[in-house]
Amino acid sequence: MAEPTELTRHVEAYIDTSRSPAQQAAALEAIASLLKSGRLTIEAMVREMGLYLTTTDAIIRAKGILLLAEVLSCLSSNPLDKITIHSLITFFTERLADWKALRGALVGCLALMRRNDQVGRVTLDDAKAVLESFLESLHVQSLGQHDRKLCFELLECLLENYSDAVIPLGNQVIDGLCESIDMEKDPECLMLAFHIVKLAAQLFPDPDGPLACVAEELFEILGHYFPIHFTHQKAEDLNITRDNLSSSLMLAFSSTPLFEPFAVPLLLEKLSSDLPSAKVDALKYLNHCSLKYGPERMAKHAEAIWRLLKDTILLSLRELILSFSPESLDTLETPRNEIADGALTFLETAVAQNNDLFLNLILGDADVNLIIQSISSYKSYTEISSEMKERVHAVGRILAVSAKTSIASCNRVFGSIRPCLLEALGISVRDLYGNHPHGHEHVDSEEISFGALFLSVLLLEASRDLIVGSEKATFLPNSGPEASHSIFQGFATGFERAFISTMSRNNYTEVSNPHVFLGVKGLQIFATFPGGLLPIQGSLFEDILTMLVSVVTQNCKNEWLWTLAMKALVNIGSYIFKYHQPEKGPSFMAIVVEKISSLLTSTELGMPYPLKLEAASNVGMIEMNYMLRIVRGVEEALFTNLSEIYTQVNIKSAEETVQLLHCYSTKILPWMQESGGTEQVPMQFVAALLSQIEGCNDLSSVAEEKGIMDATMEAVKFAVGSCSEASQNIIVEKTCSILSSSSYFSVDEYSFPTLPIEMEGLLSTNELESMPAKEKWVLSLFASVIIALHPTTHISNVRAAIHLFMRTFLKGHIPSAQALGSIVNKLCPRQNGERVPSDCSLEEAIDLIFNLSMRYPGKSKITLSDICHAASTNKSLQISALVGLAWIGKGLLMRGHDKVKDITMIFLECFLPTDGMSSKQASPEEEQDQNLHSSVMKYAADSFRILMSDSEDCLNRRFHPIIRPLYKQRFFSIMLPIFQSLFVKCDSSLTRSLLYRAFAHVVCEAPLIAVLGEAKKLIPLLVDAILIFSKDDAGKDLMYSLLLVLSGILMDKNGQDAVIDNASMIINCLISSITYPHMMPVRETGLQCLFAMSTLPHTRVYPLRTQVLQAIARVLDDPKRVVRLEAVRCRQAWSFLC
Amino acid sequence: MREGKGKQALALSIKMVSGLINANPVVYEKKERRVRSAPANVDEYAVEPIDQLEIFDHLRDIKDPEHPYSLEELKVISEDAIEVDDSNSYVRITFTPTVEHCSMATIIGLCLRVKLMRSLPSRYKVDIRIAPGSHATEAAVNKQLNDKERVAAALENPNLVEMVDECLAPTYGFSN
Repeated sequence: MAEPTELTRHVEAYIDTSRSPAQQAAALEAIASLLKSGRLTIEAMVREMGLYLTTTDAIIRAKGILLLAEVLSCLSSNPLDKITIHSLITFFTERLADWKALRGALVGCLALMRRNDQVGRVTLDDAKAVLESFLESLHVQSLGQHDRKLCFELLECLLENYSDAVIPLGNQVIDGLCESIDMEKDPECLMLAFHIVKLAAQLFPDPDGPLACVAEELFEILGHYFPIHFTHQKAEDLNITRDNLSSSLMLAFSSTPLFEPFAVPLLLEKLSSDLPSAKVDALKYLNHCSLKYGPERMAKHAEAIWRLLKDTILLSLRELILSFSPESLDTLETPRNEIADGALTFLETAVAQNNDLFLNLILGDADVNLIIQSISSYKSYTEISSEMKERVHAVGRILAVSAKTSIASCNRVFGSIRPCLLEALGISVRDLYGNHPHGHEHVDSEEISFGALFLSVLLLEASRDLIVGSEKATFLPNSGPEASHSIFQGFATGFERAFISTMSRNNYTEVSNPHVFLGVKGLQIFATFPGGLLPIQGSLFEDILTMLVSVVTQNCKNEWLWTLAMKALVNIGSYIFKYHQPEKGPSFMAIVVEKISSLLTSTELGMPYPLKLEAASNVGMIEMNYMLRIVRGVEEALFTNLSEIYTQVNIKSAEETVQLLHCYSTKILPWMQESGGTEQVPMQFVAALLSQIEGCNDLSSVAEEKGIMDATMEAVKFAVGSCSEASQNIIVEKTCSILSSSSYFSVDEYSFPTLPIEMEGLLSTNELESMPAKEKWVLSLFASVIIALHPTTHISNVRAAIHLFMRTFLKGHIPSAQALGSIVNKLCPRQNGERVPSDCSLEEAIDLIFNLSMRYPGKSKITLSDICHAASTNKSLQISALVGLAWIGKGLLMRGHDKVKDITMIFLECFLPTDGMSSKQASPEEEQDQNLHSSVMKYAADSFRILMSDSEDCLNRRFHPIIRPLYKQRFFSIMLPIFQSLFVKCDSSLTRSLLYRAFAHVVCEAPLIAVLGEAKKLIPLLVDAILIFSKDDAGKDLMYSLLLVLSGILMDKNGQDAVIDNASMIINCLISSITYPHMMPVRETGLQCLFAMSTLPHTRVYPLRTQVLQAIARVLDDPKRVVRLEAVRCRQAWSFLC
Repeated sequence: MREGKGKQALALSIKMVSGLINANPVVYEKKERRVRSAPANVDEYAVEPIDQLEIFDHLRDIKDPEHPYSLEELKVISEDAIEVDDSNSYVRITFTPTVEHCSMATIIGLCLRVKLMRSLPSRYKVDIRIAPGSHATEAAVNKQLNDKERVAAALENPNLVEMVDECLAPTYGFSN
């Protein structure tokens, strides 16, 4: 056994009150581990501690007992033998009477009582002894918060795990319980107390039992807490919220039906409280309690419940305005009101519980009847007083909720209001049973009352929800709902006619006409009724669909109506799938999808093309089958249009084509990808597009328009990007074969890509324009395909492709450059000795790009970098080369390749002044030359934007690039010192401003975290750059971005340290920015930065105060209001700087 | 001489405040802040002149010297009581004290003036006056508020400045 000295040392450390809590915890842990490892037994420990546990010094005794108890808590999973447990629990039970050392006794009891059978449990007799001692000696409410909590935990544990020990002590337990929770205020203790009440109620359910005798007394204690008033705002230090307390109290309320005579009156009384949260809670409690108390007990209160609920519903709906926007076709009102929701939910429960009783009350209610009787007088929504609106609304909701509870109540509600509704809708009983063909005699829509329509819609919706719900639950369409047949018998035709007649009004000029809205909603509900259940003649469903489709096709001017009908169609379509009504699918497909899809190809002029596309994509997005049909329509329209474009000049179809392509790439393809569509669709689309272009020989001039080409390229890129590698391989093969069959991309060169490129062709500037239209299309499509490929997709002849793109991008074809960038981004690097999957490794490709020589007439061969270095006198060639190089650089940069350094050096070398440029007086020719040269330099500077910024066109996430993490950050860190040294060396102002341009591109795109790390070095450069840009409007966007970077630094804790060192410099720079005339956001941001500067340490900024205030005073007269307001705020901050 | 008088006159109004002048003022609801619709096509160089609402926005949140309400809530100032002519750089504010004998009128007027001094371009001439018939010593207060020297003198009085700054403190009410 362990040496007693060690134990003694730990025990003394724990008991010594002068030690720190950490030391005491360490001592406790040490003892626990001794026990766990078996080096010490409990007996030995108790014996060793002997005196500490029994001494007359209360403080030491308390500590000693607590130590023993805490040690036992640590051993909760270590087995202990029966005798040990018995003697320990007996000890602690006795100690419960020792109020001076109570904490330890409570902890000890809890630790032992919580043990389970596997590790040795307290016997029932012992538990009973604990309970007796507890009841006898503890006065819970006289203890401190933590001790009270322990007491409650102990009680909870006893009730939960030792019920056999508790039950014999019935009366005593309940009395003790009442006594201990009375007046409790601590939230944690209350949570436990509420739970204890619930447990006790479960233990003593007997109506003559111990709980029944004191139910009133106990409930009185509980009732004081309702509604929970919890002002503790910060929940984080307690982990208890008002909601936790409230739901815990609710469970206590509903724990036993014995509380019913006291709880229900209390809750009903609170319904008329002024506090909204009390109302919401009361409704929630009532709903929950009524379920637990049962129908019989609740029936006693039915009348009071109905009276109060009616008032509550009327009152709470007052603030809700009915909305007739298309979005509210699903629910009538927005926003939702918690009280109204709660009241209606409770009403539904109550009606479901005591069906006849409540329906008698509701249908016999004078107020309700008054509304029903006079329903036909509420003709027009605009003419009804707002009070009547509220009443109609409330009655509608009440009836709908009651109808929703069961088929029987649905029948009853319908039966009782049917005569009034029919009259109000202008349908005579003879009409119903006479076999009128529908449409025979239109009801005049002016006659139909708004109130009647509103009630019908609400009731129909309720009965539909009821039938759909019961169908789902039982799958017996002929049993339950059969009864409902009778109510609808003949009824539906009348309703339908009424709804259709509201739609057939000619004056759709009013926006959001409530009649029309209700008509559409009614039709939508009819169409979503489960198939066989609505006994209406003919093909109601099909009629409704036809009706709605005709609204969509004929009412394009009225945006509200169009959207409403569209939304209704989409809702009907989605309902078919949501509630499995497959029998309706074919009709929907035939009437809606086919029709809308055919609109795309029809030449019908009534409907604007964008609306047709919107309708098509809306319908398609309901379900994959519809989408496939729509895609077929879109493709058909697209290819017809394209073939027209290729062959003849048709501007109209060109416009439509662009819209079609745009819809295809932004709506249809993303949806297909998200909903797990097959890749067949995009693949076949690309293939068809390629075949079509292959088949055309002469392309018309319209085909050369940039809009169509761009839209097509976008669609191809997205389509290819969403294909798998296998499909991509097929597409690439096909594209290559088209390419090689073209005589323009000469076969010789294509198969021997190492031959030098003839420079002659490149020299004429309009070379790209002179390229035949078809070849330009093929080339652009090829580039698009290459851009969107997966890294693993095989390109059959990479060298040839690179050679081709080199040739074309030098002519100014930017997609070629992007394709090259994409190729170098995705090619596999050479691995040691292994064969690379593709026939060309990354290194070989780079070698090819940079060393491919171009034959120059009369001169020696030159390479790409020579062109960039102005070896040719042709500036436009140089610019094309620079832009192309930037895209190649971007591909390399993203994968983190080292070659990008060489590329940036090429750009930077373009800035270095050429000989004699800055010195002598320039002749006009030279001056022109210099202008040209500066434009080349500008392109070189802007190449850094291509390198750093994210592009929509290529190398973004949709096109599967290889991205090395933090590549931007890394590039920024490499470039910063290079720029620093260049700024020092540079003496020409032109070079300087362009260098700052390049620098600005890099800084703006770098992640803020990287910028913050270098803030000290960066700030002087940033300030210089802003000052240079503030001289003219050429760099206003860059200036704005730089200011945003600066404000980012200003807002950061670490950045501020760097700012403090350079405060005066920054203030000067900001002052120049707040008067920058060319861009308002620059001035605004400048002022915001100045405002932030005013919060820096006083000693640093106070000396600058006068200077700043003078500058701001001028800005108070800024032409823009936003700037003036910002200036006032800033001035306020700086003038109070003391 | 006049400078001294000014100090005296304004200082007097402070000393008088031992009890509240208007212990129970009527508080009105704040008007909802009108959101300006952003112009459709933003012309970078177009001028947006200073208008009534802009000046009202400067003034509405000034705190009343004796109550924790804003001048807007007490209807001491309203948007209609502001006349502005941007091309001639002229503003006239007409404010209505809550009670006729309100000795706080001068302080309120001073607050308005100081706030506008800090918010408007220096080219502006600001005229501040009490609504006709709403105050017992209307003429005297108007004269005091529009006398440059008296205002300057008042602003040299640290007690007054402290009081004004408290009313103008940006933490009060809506701050953007």
